[in-house]
Amino acid sequence: MHILVCIKQVPATTSVQIDPKTGTLKREGVESIINPFDEYAIEEGIRLKERVGGKVTVITMGPPQAESALREALSRGCDDAILVSDRSFAGADTWATSYTLAQSAKLLGDVDLIICGKQASDGDTAQVGPGVAEKMDIPHVAYVKKVIDIKPPQSNHQGTINVERMLEDGTDILEMTLPALITVVKEINTPRLPTLKGMMAAKKKQVLKWNKETIAAEEDKIGLKGSPTQVMKIFYPPARQGGERIFGKDVTEMAQKLVEKLHSCGIL
Amino acid sequence: MNKIEVITNKCTGCTLCVKSCPYGAISMQQVEHELESGRKIKNLAVIDLGKCTYCGSCVEECKFSAINLEKDKIEISEEMKSYKNIWVFAEQRHGQIAPVVFELIAEGKKLAEKLNVKIAAVLLGHRIKNKVDELISYGAEIVYIVDDPVLEEFLDEPYCEVLSWLIKDEKPEIILMGATNIGRSFASRVATRIYTGLTADCTALEVDLKTRNLLQTRPAFGGNVMATILTPRHRPQMATVRHKVFKPLQKDESRKGEVIEKKYDFTNSKIRTKFLEFIKDTTAKVNLAEADIIVSGGRGVGSAEGFKLIEEFADLIGGAVGASRGAVDSGWIPYSHQVGQTGRTVAPKVYIACGISGQIQHLVGMSSSDIIVAINKDPEAPMMKLATYSIEADMFEILPQLIKIIKQEKGIS
Repeated sequence: MHILVCIKQVPATTSVQIDPKTGTLKREGVESIINPFDEYAIEEGIRLKERVGGKVTVITMGPPQAESALREALSRGCDDAILVSDRSFAGADTWATSYTLAQSAKLLGDVDLIICGKQASDGDTAQVGPGVAEKMDIPHVAYVKKVIDIKPPQSNHQGTINVERMLEDGTDILEMTLPALITVVKEINTPRLPTLKGMMAAKKKQVLKWNKETIAAEEDKIGLKGSPTQVMKIFYPPARQGGERIFGKDVTEMAQKLVEKLHSCGIL
Repeated sequence: MNKIEVITNKCTGCTLCVKSCPYGAISMQQVEHELESGRKIKNLAVIDLGKCTYCGSCVEECKFSAINLEKDKIEISEEMKSYKNIWVFAEQRHGQIAPVVFELIAEGKKLAEKLNVKIAAVLLGHRIKNKVDELISYGAEIVYIVDDPVLEEFLDEPYCEVLSWLIKDEKPEIILMGATNIGRSFASRVATRIYTGLTADCTALEVDLKTRNLLQTRPAFGGNVMATILTPRHRPQMATVRHKVFKPLQKDESRKGEVIEKKYDFTNSKIRTKFLEFIKDTTAKVNLAEADIIVSGGRGVGSAEGFKLIEEFADLIGGAVGASRGAVDSGWIPYSHQVGQTGRTVAPKVYIACGISGQIQHLVGMSSSDIIVAINKDPEAPMMKLATYSIEADMFEILPQLIKIIKQEKGIS
């Protein structure tokens, strides 16, 4: 089984803060982390490998510094890492990102399962996973909360994966033939921490570096040029103003006052 | 190609643009230069074109007109002009139309009137013909329906195939879908297949009458900034839209609409996904994403037992039960209730946070609620500062009081 995990390096949300003076994003000293959802993708890849054998390759599209995210994934137990990086990928929207990742995955050739986090914490679109599946012409299930069963491909069997999909009203149980793609939610597992041994091993490993030529990307399908969407403007919503503290001599009085407030807002 | 440059003899090195850039693409570098006035300046703004998306935030921010941005003129082709009408994907699960569909029909109708086109609903499924009238009574002028056993359960592949085929055939100008798990999963597949833009999780929509572009506004960077996004060169323009942003029209059964039934031939379809079973979530009485009222508990709830009180209160006021990551990770309540960055994003009319301190990861998932009520023993908790109404109290003391008062008002003993 060859499992490919797609990850993204994102700013640590805790450090994305608004400068109270200027009302703008503070950028200085923002730490970069692996997208929190991708940690579950990495963990699930490793668990499935432990279950059925094979190897886990981790891949990211990003600037050169995204290599540190790949190193961290290696230290958690991924076998190989690929950094897909090129100046001309800059400004890619989800369409161009899906294309670039799919071109890279096709180059690997023998991928049986692709795992992505359900979305990235900076973009919040949840679009790249399904987009990669479409570009690869493989099936996908998004919002997977459990892999019930996986049967690797054999000479007489194509291989299948059975999963639980989280929806608003409950859970669907679905089966896909391999190769396939899943995007995973937090509930699927508890990611392990990197071990010292893993970190040492990760240091020695080589991170493959691919650019637009390596993946034979068509110039007009990558980066800003290949992106159907364009950012027209960015603006800062007015910061939420703090409200009113409700006081009272005891909880009964405070409760009474709150009920009145809720009534006056047309609630209850 | 788009072009952006800093006009050296106008840049005063004030750093306003650096702060305005959401992509961190501008930095100050020590480049000595002279202004038009002859004043000497030590620092110059430098734009990293590798990070710049030509969004224009810096141009607006610069007080000295020192940044010049030239955007490509986009020709509107005849092919693009041949796309007409606005579609709403009428998501249904087990014969129930998702409430967001009616909200989108109402908003789509407004946009359609501005563009002088029609609003259509697209209904895919099996044994769903009885839903057509409902869509019309909520304002759909056209209903496209594909009723086929293959579409009985939602699977990305056949749904993507049918919608992509309908789009090629009928050429809608705009397609709106709910930002539900289903909508977000297969909208992306469709947009990828037909090569068009898709904007996720929009909270505001407008149209530009000259270019007929849909202006799609969505929160970005965890809700700290808003971005307005266009799909200027492709049609249809696709967007997923959050629940509860728009109001549905009053249901009116006298409304008339055209019904267009289509048949799709699945003989050569690639469907490699098989539906096996559905297990209904019985713990959630009210759907979190669609709730008007959410009562949410954090670490302060202390135990699974403590959530019973939250549930009792939520039931009484017709609300859904939410939770912080801390409460979910402690195993007091299932993950499906989690609100915040790694859970769901919600925007109810009222969000009542009990014993939730308000870490940024939680706030990004609920801070666009209309009214926030915070109940916490710690008056300094971030949630208490953010809330519309805050009460410094123990939730185990005040919730029973609230329950008592509301029960009395409702005449429940």
